[in-house]
Amino acid sequence: MTNALEIYQLLPKTNCKQCGKATCMAFGAALLSREVTIDDCPPLKEDKFRENYEKLSQMITPSGEASESGMIVHTEKCIGCGNCVVACPVNVAEDPYGAGSGKAPTNENVILRVEDGVVRLSNVNQCRRFGKNKIMCNGCIVTCPTKAIEFV
Amino acid sequence: MEQEYYVCTGCALLCDDIEIEVTDNKLSKVNNACLKGVARLKECAKPAECKVDGSNVNIDDAIKEASSILKNAPNPLIFGMGNSTTGAQKKAIELAKRTNAYIDDTSSFCQGPVIEAILGDRIRTCTLDEVKDYADVIVYWGADPSNSHPRHLSKYTYFPRGKERQRGWEEDRTAICIDVRKSDTAIICGDKFYQIPPQADEELIDALVSALSGKVPKVSFGMGPKKILELANLLKKAKFGVVCVGLGLIYSLSDIEPLVKLMNKLNDVSNFHLIPMVGQFNMRGFDHNLHEETGYINRARFQESGVEHGPQCSIVELLRTKNVDAALVIGSDPMSSLPGSIAKELLDIPVITIDPCMTMTSKKAKVAIASVTSGAECGGTAIRMDGVEVEFKPMIPTDSLSDEEILSRIMEAL
Repeated sequence: MTNALEIYQLLPKTNCKQCGKATCMAFGAALLSREVTIDDCPPLKEDKFRENYEKLSQMITPSGEASESGMIVHTEKCIGCGNCVVACPVNVAEDPYGAGSGKAPTNENVILRVEDGVVRLSNVNQCRRFGKNKIMCNGCIVTCPTKAIEFV
Repeated sequence: MEQEYYVCTGCALLCDDIEIEVTDNKLSKVNNACLKGVARLKECAKPAECKVDGSNVNIDDAIKEASSILKNAPNPLIFGMGNSTTGAQKKAIELAKRTNAYIDDTSSFCQGPVIEAILGDRIRTCTLDEVKDYADVIVYWGADPSNSHPRHLSKYTYFPRGKERQRGWEEDRTAICIDVRKSDTAIICGDKFYQIPPQADEELIDALVSALSGKVPKVSFGMGPKKILELANLLKKAKFGVVCVGLGLIYSLSDIEPLVKLMNKLNDVSNFHLIPMVGQFNMRGFDHNLHEETGYINRARFQESGVEHGPQCSIVELLRTKNVDAALVIGSDPMSSLPGSIAKELLDIPVITIDPCMTMTSKKAKVAIASVTSGAECGGTAIRMDGVEVEFKPMIPTDSLSDEEILSRIMEAL
């Protein structure tokens, strides 16, 4: 996954404040959490930064439908293997004999399921990354062979 | 309401937990299947049409033309059937007997040697359900199931909880990947990925066998003895191990003997099984059916005097030596899967194809017959990659003919 420092390396590093943030590092962090877009940095659109701009646009995919827990599923990358469905600890707890055992989910409480060949989210508030007691669970990210799941 | 489950025929995993939604007699949604399965079960991008010499005809004329080609050819070849039901395969074998034809399938340049060894009881195997319940060490050798069988890891081998593997993949299971490149499966295996140069599989097998016998292993490529001993120890400690053999390993070995040697050694010191990563959903089924009939799994020829078998009866050799004068290709696309120099020989002989989709072979064929997609529009039985028979029912109704019905009609017309 991309980190803020990698993004910072590609920014102008002038701390010009045109974006409204105090520093380029702060802008990088905001970019990572999708608060701002690449176009919010005016100097980046200048010719000398064109290469960096292109690199950044590949790194920062548009958030699209980031869920409330910050999860983004890149449906164009997902192959529907279901690794995340079976590995997700919430799915296992809610549906041990269905999703947790590699079979089709047997109830509606699961948070990940495969529909029409791509993974779909539901019951997002059950995700371990949601709410005030959230933990940095990464069960679905590390098991994804195509890196189709990302958290912002 | 009890959920009704269907079987996916996208690959030889035959996932049996597919939920579907149907609108206007068409599949509108296929749930729980991977993208590969969805793509096969939903309509193909270019559905096949019945054609003779490139012009559209009705199916009766196409069948009549096909049977006259088969009748007039002294040395016909029947090839494919990996995407057909067991019923259709049996009909194809019967047809081969009637026409004294050569019969071969994709296993002749795919997993054939391994399936032959399994059917001959030379290699120990197990079912995928046993893998799910008991396996703690899973080796993918020359295979990348994340791309070829996307649900292999999630449905059976690595991620699911099973009877004696309740704590999941992080604690209870180890997945090992041996491959020439860092594949998507290798990424999941993390530090249990062992990269080897192409054609070095046999060398690593020898090194592993000596490591398992307590000797210091040596290889000529950059893998130190420490790393090989570490791998050998992982294998040795397994309570229930399984080696999933992909084409990468099969293609790099000149014969199956090194693999048999490794499996025997592994079973001396530990408990290991082998599962071939079969591609088409019923390729193993064909091998079983022909084995039952003739004692051979592929590369056979029916003659009045008996059955001839050998490499000279394989599709590659037959085309190379120009020993066939007609070909019936069922649910396969040799024109795109065979090397160009061999595939071009198909242009010189009359080819009949039976396929639900338009393929490169059917475009060049003299007679193309459109059939239905097995598993979506017709039911039957098939044999999963681990040898378990799976029965499936059709998902949507159809008026078109299945492979089996088309083959019966060709036989009637003969």
